[in-house]
This record gives sequence, structure tokens and C-alpha cells, in this order.
Amino acid sequence: MATTAASATKQPALHIDKPGLLVAGLALVALVFLPFATFRANRIVPGDAVALWNAVPHSLAIVATLVIAVVAALSLVRSHPLPRLAIGAGILAFLFVLIGLSGTHLTPEGDRLARVSPASGFWLLVFAFGLLVTDALSRLAAGPLIRLLLLAGFYLLLGGGLTIGLWDDLSLMKEYANRAASFWNEGRSHLLLAVGSVAAAILTGVPIGIFCHRAPSLRGAVLNVLNTIQTIPSMAMFALLIAPLGWVAANVPGASALGIRGIGAAPAFLALYLYSLLPVVANTIAGLAGVAPDVREAARGTGMTSLQRLMKIEFPLALPTILTGVRIVLVQNIGLVTIAALIGGGGFGVFVFQGLGQMAADLVLLGALPTVLLAFSAAVILDVLIELASPPPSGGSAR
Amino acid sequence: MKWLPTLLRALAFWLLAAFLVTPRSFAPLFSGLAQGTAPAIYDRASLLMLAAQHLALVFVATVAAGVLAIALAILVTRRFGTELLPFARSVVNIGQTFPPVAVLALAVPATGFGVVPTFLALFLYAMLPIFENTLTGLTNLPRDVQEAARGVGMTGWQRLFSVELPLCLPLILAGVRVAAVISLSTATIGSTVAAPTLGEVIIAGLQSNNLAFVLQGALVVAVMAILIHDALFALERHLAVRGTS
Repeated sequence: MATTAASATKQPALHIDKPGLLVAGLALVALVFLPFATFRANRIVPGDAVALWNAVPHSLAIVATLVIAVVAALSLVRSHPLPRLAIGAGILAFLFVLIGLSGTHLTPEGDRLARVSPASGFWLLVFAFGLLVTDALSRLAAGPLIRLLLLAGFYLLLGGGLTIGLWDDLSLMKEYANRAASFWNEGRSHLLLAVGSVAAAILTGVPIGIFCHRAPSLRGAVLNVLNTIQTIPSMAMFALLIAPLGWVAANVPGASALGIRGIGAAPAFLALYLYSLLPVVANTIAGLAGVAPDVREAARGTGMTSLQRLMKIEFPLALPTILTGVRIVLVQNIGLVTIAALIGGGGFGVFVFQGLGQMAADLVLLGALPTVLLAFSAAVILDVLIELASPPPSGGSAR
Repeated sequence: MKWLPTLLRALAFWLLAAFLVTPRSFAPLFSGLAQGTAPAIYDRASLLMLAAQHLALVFVATVAAGVLAIALAILVTRRFGTELLPFARSVVNIGQTFPPVAVLALAVPATGFGVVPTFLALFLYAMLPIFENTLTGLTNLPRDVQEAARGVGMTGWQRLFSVELPLCLPLILAGVRVAAVISLSTATIGSTVAAPTLGEVIIAGLQSNNLAFVLQGALVVAVMAILIHDALFALERHLAVRGTS
């Protein structure tokens, strides 16, 4: 907050906004040099680049070019972050409507094979105005709750667009239509793997952290082991667990009945769990260590038992730090589940690797976009939880 | 007991080196996992070559990302760039929520298969921790040291290169260590987009149902990552100790 106040007082002679300069530059490059959409006669043939001028009816293209140019120019001029946020969000919504319309415009009447996809120009425009929104939010010093509201608004618009079939003529939605059932199935297993492994890590990691806090001699050894585990590359970790779990499935009675197999969700879950332990344990230790000694003394003075002190004083004070660890692992695991698809663990990674195998970029998107969205949403939601757990005055000092 | 970790690391290093140079002499160890007549040791490419390509990719990407990330961190902490500081912070925050696989896979339509998309993903991911740590270092310098440097009449550039950056070095190196570990992992996944890295061995094993390949690929990658991490960590501590004395 100190930085925004400082930059507001130092107005240079030329009122050009530096982040705005970046936004406008990128938007200009996208508008002038890059194709807005790609057209393919069918799923396999290479695509033709289509400029914005030809991607939508000419009259709309003129309006769109003007609107984008005006917004880019506006972002150049230094102004209050609130209108910047509004025009940034507005132009993003406009771009997503535009790409949907270009799908309808470019697909010949009755043609079921033609494929239209967003091209580099569209993505760069989204990136540029995404930067504008990000910058406005950081200058507003928008709290987690505001961000959560904006995220909810985004999902509402997304749901609305999907309901009216705005993007149905885009290749991405055609890929979805072909595998709608498996999309939700993989989505469920993606979430189950990511959230389940984090839950298991919280249930075991927090007690380990408390134990290490009480027994400092163990702390170094435990953290060293967990650190080493964290260092192992994800694909190697998934692969390393196949042989041991396969052995367990074959030799421990009842294990395979529980669904434990060398390949599949079991090694994926175990790997994700092992990765999650370090941030949870380390942040529990750091959170407990951050409790001020006088607070601890005061609690002891009132005659609280050691367990009461832990549950009523130390743990609530350490909670924001612990939740920060949970945020790290949840975001990390949502991304890592994608790799679990390689060992048959399921999740959105299935579409990513299928898409790579078939050279179908839109199938890759069908797996990658929901993953990014999930990770991003998890970060926003956890930020709200951290905020709620933090003590109201001078919050966040525990970090 | 203090010598035990060092001994284990030395042992791991020599085993790794021996395995990469003469993998076939380890065949009896893995033959139990290969089914039927399947080879016990990966034979479609030289393991040593793959390891070298893997490391070269990680090294080049980390160094390139480091140079740009440090330059950007310097830029946003000078007076010219103060306006960009909160902006850069939130871009890095959002960047870190993007899963590496997504970036890797999304780069393919634009760049084709092979080393290029992998390098791009490695480069982008290596930038984030180095930028973040350099920024933390440059924005949390002890005030009295800065005052003293200004007091002896150093110019801005002199302060930057002979006071500020040396003070940040351990933190920057910590960022490089994190970046290198992430890059080693992402490079492994890069083999799914046909980059020649050690991940190839694991993928080949998964595709042909040959556990021997899966295990040897995973072990080589894991041991390499742990050794590199520990080496960088040791260097970091060495520099930090020298800095305070």
C-alpha cells in the first residue's frame, strides 16, 4: 500500500502509465500483426490464419477494432484504477463474445467438419487486457473478498455463455461435445486426487508439525527428509511408486480389493500426498514458532494445560501460516494431477496427453484450461480463508 | 553422524556416474522387472547422452531466465520502475498458479514438438522464483547499509553492483536453486512433447509396460535432482557464511 501512495504523489510531467504502455503495446501488436482465429476444413488438416477483419462480419470488425484501439489508448493515460478495472473486465468479456461470434461466422452453414479455434492474436489480446485487470486490482489493493466476488462474477458470465451456446461453434466446444461425460468424470477424479491428497497431508502433516515443534531435535531430520522428497521430479516420483505399489497389490491380502494397483490412482495419490507434506509440516512449525513468547507465558499463567494452550491459543494463531502452506500445496497439486494421467491416474491430463498424441490443440486446451481455472480458483478461495483466519488488526503479520 | 549425508551423496554420485557410463553392467539388477525378452536396460538411446541433453536444457534455460529475471527485478526496484513494482508482483503471483504441463502443452501448437516448447516452459518457470527472490532481496536491504553507501558518495550503479546485489546473492542463489529443481522436473515432462530428455526412458517404459525402464529412468532423474539441489544449497550456505563474517 505504501508503494501506491508513493507513486500517486510523484506524477511525472507526461501522464503516461507504464503498465498501460505494456498493455497498449501488446494489444497493438495483436491487433495489427497476429491472426484472430484459425480455420480448418476438418480436425486434421493444417489451419488457415484469419485476421479479425475476416473473422467476423465487416461491420462488427470495424466496431471491434475501434473498441480495442480506444481501450488500449485509454489504458495509456494515467487514471484511477477503478475505471481501469471496469474497462479491462468489459473488454475481456467483449473479446470472448467476439471469438464465439467468429466461430459462427467462419463455419459454413451446415458444415459439421469445419473447425474454428482462437489464434495467437486473440490470446495475446486476452493476455494484454488480463494484465490491465491485474494491474488495476493490485493498485486498488483489492482484498481477497473482492477477488472472490470478481471470480464468482466470472463464473456467472462463463456459465451464461455456455448456457446460450456462445462458443458452440468453436473447436474446443466440439471436442467437449464429443466427450462430455468423460470430461466431468475426469474433472471429478482430478478434484478428488488434488483435494484428497491435500486433506490427507493436513490430517497427518499438522500433527507431525506440532510434534516437531515440541521436539526440536527431530525437526531438522524430518524437514530434511521431506525436502528431499520435494526435490524429486514429479514424473520420476509417479514412476518410482509404480513398482512398490504393484508389489503391495500382488502380495498384501486385500490391498488390490481396496483399489491399490501399481498403475492408476493409488501411486498418483501417494505421490501427491508425499509432495504435500513439506509445505504443511514446515508451515505448521513456522506458525507455532511465530507465536509470541509473552502470549504463551500469559496462557500458562492462567493455568491452561498444555493441550488447552495448543488448541485455544497456539493453533489459532498459527492457522494463517498453516493455511498459506495449504494454499501452496493445493495449487501445486491441481497442476501435478495433470501428470498423473501418464500413469493412468485420470484427471484433465488425460485430454492434454490425448491431444498431444493426436496433434489436436483444442483437445489439449480442453484439458489445460479447466486445470488452470481450478488452480486459479483454489488460490483465490484459499486467500479468502487465510484472510478470515488472520487476526483483524494489522493482519498478515504472521507471514 | 555428520558425515553420513555426505557419504550417502558421494555414494549416490558414483553410482549414478557408473550407471550412466556403463548401464549394461547393471542389467542383472533390473532384469527381474523386465518381462520376457524385453531389454532390461534402455537401448533406444544412450542414457549418458540423454542425461547430458537433459542437463544442458536445464542449464541454458535457468541461466537465460536468471539473467532476464534479475534484470527485471533491478528495473522495477529503480526509481524509473516503482510504478511497475506492484504490477510485477501480481503477475508473478498469477504466473505461479499456472501448471507447467499446461504451458508445455499449450506451447506446442505455436512452436511444434521438440526442444523449443520445453525450453519455453522451462524458461518461463525458472524466471518466477529467481525474480521473486531477487525482488525480496532488493526491497529488504538494511537501511543503514544503503545510507552508508550513499554517504561515501557511491553512484546508483556503484551501489547496485558493489553493495545491493552482493548482499542479495544468497537469496538470488536460493531462487536459482528452486528454479533448477523445477526445471529438472519440467524437462522430464518435456519428453511427452518429444524433447530428448531422461523422461523418454520413463515414457517408453510406461508405453511398453516395461517396469525396468520406468524404474531406471525415475531413479536417474531423482538422484540427479537431489544431488544438484544439495550442491546448490551447499554453495548458498557457503556464500551466506562468507557474507556475514
